[in-house]
Amino acid sequence: MVVSGLEVTGAVVRYGARTAVDGVSLQVGPGEVVSLLGASGSGKSSLLRAVAGLEPLAGGTVSWVGQNLVEVPVHKRGFVMMFQDGQLFPHLSVAGNVGYALVDLDRRERDRRVAELLELVGLGGYGPRPITALSGGQAQRVALARSLAPRPRLLMLDEPLSALDAGLREHLVGVLAGILRVTGTPALYVTHDQDEAFAIADRVAVLDHGRLLQLDSPEALWRHPASREVAAFLGYRPFLTASQARALGWPAAPAGRLVAVGPLGLVEDPDGTVVPVRAVRPRRGTYEADVELPGGHLGRLRTASSPGEGAKVRLDPAGCALVGTGSA
Amino acid sequence: MNRSRAVALPGRHGVGGSPWLWALAAVVPVGFLLAFFAWPVTALVARGFVDETGFTLRGVSDVLAAPRTWRIVRQTLTQAVAGTVMAVLLGVPGAYVLYRRRFPGRRILRAVVSVPFVLPTVVVGVAFRSLLTASGPLGWLGWEESLAAIVAALVFFNYSVVVRTVGALWSRLDPRAEDAARTLGASRLRVLATVTLPALAPAIASAAALTFLFCASAFGVVLVLGGASYGTIETEIWYQTTQLLDLPAAAALSILQLVIVAASLAVANATRARQERALSLSGHPVDAPLRRSDWPAVAVTAAVVLGLLLLPLLNLVARSFVTADGPGWGNYARLGRPTAQVTVSVWQALANSVVVALAATVLAVSLGLLVSYVLSRRPSSAAGQRVLRGLDAVFMLPLGVSAVTVGFGFLITLNRPPLDLRSSWVLIPIAQAMVALPLVVRTLLPTLRAIDPRLHEAAASLGAGPGRILRTIDAPLVLRGLGLAVGFAVSTSLGEFGATSFLARPDRPTLPVVIFMLIGRPGAENVGMAMAASVVLAVLTAGVMAVAEWIGPREVTWW
Repeated sequence: MVVSGLEVTGAVVRYGARTAVDGVSLQVGPGEVVSLLGASGSGKSSLLRAVAGLEPLAGGTVSWVGQNLVEVPVHKRGFVMMFQDGQLFPHLSVAGNVGYALVDLDRRERDRRVAELLELVGLGGYGPRPITALSGGQAQRVALARSLAPRPRLLMLDEPLSALDAGLREHLVGVLAGILRVTGTPALYVTHDQDEAFAIADRVAVLDHGRLLQLDSPEALWRHPASREVAAFLGYRPFLTASQARALGWPAAPAGRLVAVGPLGLVEDPDGTVVPVRAVRPRRGTYEADVELPGGHLGRLRTASSPGEGAKVRLDPAGCALVGTGSA
Repeated sequence: MNRSRAVALPGRHGVGGSPWLWALAAVVPVGFLLAFFAWPVTALVARGFVDETGFTLRGVSDVLAAPRTWRIVRQTLTQAVAGTVMAVLLGVPGAYVLYRRRFPGRRILRAVVSVPFVLPTVVVGVAFRSLLTASGPLGWLGWEESLAAIVAALVFFNYSVVVRTVGALWSRLDPRAEDAARTLGASRLRVLATVTLPALAPAIASAAALTFLFCASAFGVVLVLGGASYGTIETEIWYQTTQLLDLPAAAALSILQLVIVAASLAVANATRARQERALSLSGHPVDAPLRRSDWPAVAVTAAVVLGLLLLPLLNLVARSFVTADGPGWGNYARLGRPTAQVTVSVWQALANSVVVALAATVLAVSLGLLVSYVLSRRPSSAAGQRVLRGLDAVFMLPLGVSAVTVGFGFLITLNRPPLDLRSSWVLIPIAQAMVALPLVVRTLLPTLRAIDPRLHEAAASLGAGPGRILRTIDAPLVLRGLGLAVGFAVSTSLGEFGATSFLARPDRPTLPVVIFMLIGRPGAENVGMAMAASVVLAVLTAGVMAVAEWIGPREVTWW
């Protein structure tokens, strides 16, 4: 069967004796945005660079609509990479950067396309400026415009917003997601920030130590993490045994599985179990308390008012997930 | 992020072009270096081991047994060590004032400090001689033909090497480490000793190694200032070959010179590697306005700039206007006339110098560009990295190998097929290009190495092939460093004396050769002309450097 977009099969990337990517397979369909999510050192950037052709594959293949790309050099793949810190060419103006890939167009066509792209990223009229005059957020918008200019068949984004501060990042995630939808550009989006991944991606691939742990839609990933590792990476904690969970009002936990408690998995309930409060932190108008659950685990509890020394709690199945007992 | 970047660097798969292309780019300069440096030098050294009967160690062992040889070696090491220590002691406060502190006129002062390095050695010799001669303004010191005079001139040359190398690192040192030490209760002096100087140590060490190299191979300035009593291995090689025609002795001395040079290059290389690691940790240039507590450094720097750098030059200019009939332009007027001893006029010699220097510059900069491109690659294989490190060291060799050896080696090797160039003036620019090449490479390399490899990757992923990357990314960025490289090549070639003194034909001498001839002749008129000609040559080289610095990047450090 010919896959209609990118297909990575059993990709392996090695640096000397260290294996950075260990047999990862995934596909990116037309117009689809797939996020590679993982901590630093998980192999997500190495996988991206291998797809781009910037790192040689030690095993596996990268192909586009059935055509094997392993021997195709970087500049002939039609995949454009956008870097964390933009990597704008310092000696070219904004327009010179955006138009860099447009060698086949005549001057008028190119100017028109550059202006159109700058409009698209909200920097209309910035063309003649030197790139040294740009703020961090503007530089990344220019980098995005430059990357979109040749209408890449796949856009690869390597933590494109990580160098920016939180407020700007939140704003630009929305801008980026909108532009990718509007232009229908398939994309591989590397990030270590799950909020960013969930906001932008149709499907999210969770990587750890070079292995692909799970590839799913954001909802499915959150509702049904495939393993304890994935759940822990997403922020589920603690992990309770069946008996511990039953003590907190869990209906009927199947034996041999753990209940992963999400950030909102513990709720106040007048009929709930009484647990001691160990610490309380004010959090944006509400309170977050650390409570000691059966088995000695600390759980997080959101409350409207500051709790006393004890709280009555139960588990809310909507905020929890079931995972296997595998070690993490 | 750091982790992913660290793993991103080693492989530059597919964006740099084929390794064979780079090998080809390396072949041209390497071939040039073999033909015009390795072969002549080896041939000259080999002469030391051959007599009428064949291979022998007699000549060499004779030289090594002679007390005169060891006196010369001792003198060479003494003046090089003294020159290096003085340059470092005076240069470190200078680096602080000129690179860590902000004040009006700093740019001009930085320019003034960097002038002596590019001045022709013969000119500096003449300037110090006219200052220290019995009838000169500092004649009362009694330093004429003394070790002190030579050391002073060596410090004059190399002060800017220390100031620039140390200053470049110092200006990027994060001041918060010092702030942290102060808040932990350390005094200024303790911060300097325990935080600042250790951080600067790699830069100081590499500046010292480079200065030592320059001092140990000094020729023109020692020849002019040392007289009969003081010499270096370099002047001794010249003396043995041109005056006594004792090739075995010269060859043995060349080998000694090579040992000293190789040792100091090894030290320079090791410390430079450490400095590159240190530099990568630091941020943007940091400076602050001068403070009252800076006075010791300011006082030392002012004394050096006024007393050591400006005084000899101003005295030289003043002396050039002294004639037998009182002050006037007489010495300059005579520059147009050939004298009895020198068959061409100074203006003709100047024209020769300019033509030769331009030819040498074209050669040195073309080769330098090739070498720098090759050396700036980041091969992923360990073998490739070793090859590059080796090449790096090889192209630095001409910096330290006696220019006299090169010049004389040219004469004995390039006088018969396959390369019979002895009667051709082309030999001079080739020799000068060999001398200028290391400086050109050291000027271009930092610019090329500073180009983030991810710029290449970004361009490649936008569809640019290796050729287009070279044309649209590398070339425009390198152009910034090119002005300075051209400046160094022109001024080095204009002032080159060691090799040129062997190769210049009597009917086509260069200006440094004519100046040396003039000061060797008796008569106030000849000395006056030498002064005037020195001023002309100094103005020309300093002017070339001023233009080059003005169009080039603000700061370049070689090591």
